[in-house]
Amino acid sequence: MKYLSEFRDERLARMFTERICERAAGLGQLTFMEVCGSHTMAIARYGIRRMLPENIELISGPGCPVCVTPNKYLDHAIALGRKPEIILSTFGDMLRVPGSTSSLEKERANGSDIRVVYSTMDAVEIARRHPDKLVVFLGVGFETTAPTIAASIVQAEQTGVSNYFVLCAHKTMPKPMEAIASGKKMPLDGFICPAHVSTIIGSRPYDFLAEKYGKYCVIAGFEPVDILESVDMLIAQAVAQIPKVEIQYSRVATVEGNPTALHLMADVFEVCDAQWRGIGDIPASGLRLKERYSRFDAAKQIAVEVEPTIEETGCICGEVMQGLAKPPECPLFGTVCTPESPVGACMVSSEGSCAASYKYEQVL
Amino acid sequence: MQYDKILLGHGSGGKLSHQLIDELILPYFSNKTLKELNDAAVLDYSGQKMVFSTDSYVVDPIEFPGGDIGKIAVCGTVNDISMMGAKPLFLSVGFIIEEGLPLETLRRILASMHKAAEEAGIQIVTGDTKVVPNGAADKLFINTAGIGVPYTKNIPSGGRAEIGDQIIINGPIAEHGITVMASREGLAMDLALQTDSAPLNGLVEKIMTVSENIHVLRDPTRGGIATTLNEIARQSSVGIRIDENQVPIAPAVASACEILGLDPLYIANEGKMLVICSLDDTHRVLETMRAHKYGRESRIIGSVLKEPKNRVFLKTVIGGQRVIDMLTGEQLPRIC
Repeated sequence: MKYLSEFRDERLARMFTERICERAAGLGQLTFMEVCGSHTMAIARYGIRRMLPENIELISGPGCPVCVTPNKYLDHAIALGRKPEIILSTFGDMLRVPGSTSSLEKERANGSDIRVVYSTMDAVEIARRHPDKLVVFLGVGFETTAPTIAASIVQAEQTGVSNYFVLCAHKTMPKPMEAIASGKKMPLDGFICPAHVSTIIGSRPYDFLAEKYGKYCVIAGFEPVDILESVDMLIAQAVAQIPKVEIQYSRVATVEGNPTALHLMADVFEVCDAQWRGIGDIPASGLRLKERYSRFDAAKQIAVEVEPTIEETGCICGEVMQGLAKPPECPLFGTVCTPESPVGACMVSSEGSCAASYKYEQVL
Repeated sequence: MQYDKILLGHGSGGKLSHQLIDELILPYFSNKTLKELNDAAVLDYSGQKMVFSTDSYVVDPIEFPGGDIGKIAVCGTVNDISMMGAKPLFLSVGFIIEEGLPLETLRRILASMHKAAEEAGIQIVTGDTKVVPNGAADKLFINTAGIGVPYTKNIPSGGRAEIGDQIIINGPIAEHGITVMASREGLAMDLALQTDSAPLNGLVEKIMTVSENIHVLRDPTRGGIATTLNEIARQSSVGIRIDENQVPIAPAVASACEILGLDPLYIANEGKMLVICSLDDTHRVLETMRAHKYGRESRIIGSVLKEPKNRVFLKTVIGGQRVIDMLTGEQLPRIC
């Protein structure tokens, strides 16, 4: 495939790996966090961790939207799905995430009408085709998906689709990175910053991580050569001891971001506090629908009784997502908690760090 | 069983399907023949060996670029019999039809079955039709069963992979699954995708005549080559190493996988087979395959090792290494 094969080129990968090994040889231990779930998956899928020298460690962060969605939200979605007049539509990743006592997958087997869509516009289309039903889209994700959900709401409004709703649990990115950067629990030298989130928000929102917290930052693409080049750039910053925000993913991400998407988000959403599964409440790290769009807000418009939330026990997803523990350190990993019967969200999501570790990084 | 209801994941061909078969179904029917769990059963009736197989088809949509439910129903059972190193002879067909299916659609599908049967050189000798009320089935489901006779006494089996054997595939992967999936998303035409559905008995006959050392033949349908290779590694208690750079994949399929976020190693094929044979015979088998119309793009994609036992691992395109596990959960329901 043109424009993709270059970023998966074995020769280029070897060149970067050799340069990383050379440059890292004189340095002490360096720990970088890949924040985004897609990076976690690519690192595991291409076997990148094993290609790096021993003193360079990559740890996974909180950037998997499914993983950070709290039980309470899932319970709410499940309760909505049990109402016969409701069609739930969702991105596929949410299906198997365990809520307090059930999951959307099990609810579907029990008769809830739950439809997986690839685009928010498909959800609006479902609403248009079923005027006698209430169609609720599960609005989960970071700045990458938030603009598409904003667009679906604007579209529903413009085309007069009145039975389309969003159950909104959007989160925004730089805040949890600050929570991790400011923590003293682990030595962290820098971030491999998210790719798609950065194409929306640009590079400026990360500047404070370099300036205030002295973290090296590189916005990286998702392909294996992108990631290796980004690690090389992080090491170059570490050698020079000048923390800054650089863009490796320059074919898509810019300093300014995507103004159209940002305007759309600002039109539809406002900032709110948000609960992150396993991490807790982070102020000003979420998005909710503005008052003007509240008629699309499933939480406000559709009354439903939600079962009491039970947080899972024994799972250390929260620590895994903050980079404080590695997946195999969880006592449930690979025994009680597997992709077939996940306990924590990190094992369910295709981008979760436990799933990546279980699927691709088992010891050979 | 860890669930008290059937989930779609139980039909994925991956881990949950195996759990369903091993823990729920096998205990009721267990016998020596069934326990082999190959694509088809090998029967010994008064000294005459026969191969017997069945499969049901529920693909949605029922027509897609390059094929339809009828073509895969014929080719699928022909291939399951062929994978035992056997010549398929006779098929049965059962139709479960939803009330309201346009006759014209059924006619097209029957014509396509006729064509596939003719190409495979088999006869459809018995059948059944049932019609169910609107909503009790989705348009059309088809079951086929078939019998055949083995070419050799050394019947290939998932448990016969030997250390040092080479692994060959007869062409680019993931075409069927991605075509069906993209059809649902309205992308198939844009990307010029086509199912690879084809009867492989002709190709199997050719290689069975040039080598006595074909140890394993498998068609990687649901769950893709990743799941099939895992089954073989476990059945044979060997390790399997695959070189990602050698696994053929068409650019359009690779693009569609990127767009839909799917891993081609786990995507269903309907006209592909994995051939595992001794190192000495590899060249001859490969050349024979390449001379056949369904094997022109055949390639060696990996080899069988002593360790790590029961595991499949991949040398990635950039030179890293990782495990390939079986499919977990539901990736693409109703793909075949």
